[in-house]
Amino acid sequence: MVWLSILLGILFVVLGPVLGCLIAGADRIVTARMQRRQGPPLLQPYYDLRKLLEKDMRANDVVQLILLVMALVATVVGGVSFFAGASFLLCIFLETLASLLYIVAASIGSSPFVQVGVQREILQVMCYEPMELLTAIGIYLHTGSYASGSLGAASVPMVMWLPLIFLSLLFVLTIKLRKSPFDVASSHHAHQEIIAGATTEMSGLTLAVIEVTHWYETVIVLGWVGMFFITSNPLSILLALLAVAIVYLLEIWVDNTFARVKWQVMLKGAWIVALVAGFVNFSPFFFVGTNGLLFF
Amino acid sequence: MSVMDKIASSKRESFITNSPWIIHYDAASCNGCDIEVLASLTPLFDVERFGVVNTGNPRHADIFLVTGSVNEQCKPVIEQIYNQMVEPKVVVACGICACSGGVFKQCYNTMGGIDQVIPVDVYVPGCAVRPQALIDGVVKAIGILRAKREAMLDGKPVPTPALRVGAELEVVRHSPDDEPAPTGADASDAAKETK
Ligand code: SF4
Repeated sequence: MVWLSILLGILFVVLGPVLGCLIAGADRIVTARMQRRQGPPLLQPYYDLRKLLEKDMRANDVVQLILLVMALVATVVGGVSFFAGASFLLCIFLETLASLLYIVAASIGSSPFVQVGVQREILQVMCYEPMELLTAIGIYLHTGSYASGSLGAASVPMVMWLPLIFLSLLFVLTIKLRKSPFDVASSHHAHQEIIAGATTEMSGLTLAVIEVTHWYETVIVLGWVGMFFITSNPLSILLALLAVAIVYLLEIWVDNTFARVKWQVMLKGAWIVALVAGFVNFSPFFFVGTNGLLFF
Repeated sequence: MSVMDKIASSKRESFITNSPWIIHYDAASCNGCDIEVLASLTPLFDVERFGVVNTGNPRHADIFLVTGSVNEQCKPVIEQIYNQMVEPKVVVACGICACSGGVFKQCYNTMGGIDQVIPVDVYVPGCAVRPQALIDGVVKAIGILRAKREAMLDGKPVPTPALRVGAELEVVRHSPDDEPAPTGADASDAAKETK
């Protein structure tokens, strides 16, 4: 079991960015097809990354770079903790730490666009954080442990017990993946109202580090979606992969069809959804309990 | 091939041609050319096929597309955007106004083409510049971008268009009936004409 954990951890470190890159490339192609365009090649995100590495360094990049590399390390360690079946709590806390490091790094930039982008980043963290914690509680109620590995011993998939938690996690996933209606008008989609938001002042290597962090992050949050379908039956992995694919396609569709909302709507929406889902979905546990557990 | 050679050659391998990010600035344009720049993002032309992203951010961009002639008001903006871009970078003057001042050349408030303020690498004439010509110009710009990157790797000074003027000027010409682009001696003639 220990060896399997170590193997999974190593697999995540090595294959995470590859998978993240392919997902980002497929995302751009599917988006383009939805807009009746041909779209870039599948490996376009990789080309972009290599291009960024070829650009010159600017003198004031160094401090940002240190913070962003720390964010990358935090993301990777969090991901290893999740995929190796260790603590899910550790994973979400390290993800939050990575977001905070990113926010600090970005706010070094003096441009007003950066300031707007950073404010928005902070709001986004506020929006998705409660839902992540509720998901952690969900895992605990379902398995009696915060370890994501304990899901592999469950007899029924978690989504059976926690359907509302699953749906509201999908809601905040849109925020996490920086997709419309909860994204900012930054230049990834040829919108330029706030230029590139928090990354406006970054270039070359710094931007490349952010890109890789984002790839890892995508894989991690899609892993969170997948874990709702995992049981002790190895075939459930296929089910999880199918669910992840459907969810991601749904995200792209939402991204392309929904207008961007104001941050107030995002904040209210995310909190109401999280609180309602949490309350309704957890209340049966007060009476039944699963695996012999009562609420706390 | 020794390991060192391999590392050296992998360092020279450039992806800059696969991912040209663009910033587009409207100097004193009549907006005709700007509409065409945006038209090239539409499904019909879809420049994202070539990895082009319209970033709107000088720090991220590799190619600076400028439309319209220069006047006193937009001069500092053009200079600032140019200075904020990270090397290697190229400048493409889109439309005849950006190349030479065009129909506005004689106006008392117009300074002339973009090359009065910053070095221009590719001139794409046309009024308004056609998306086909624009894409052609960007492809030419990518070639120059690559040459600049090579020069940076060799530690040579980045070739500036100031060196290029006299020598050979990149000219992209698309007439309505698509006559072939001039080559060789014609090209430099055409270049003088455009200037
Ligand atoms: S070249 Fe023609 S279309 Fe373009 S900015 Fe000048 S006048 Fe307008």
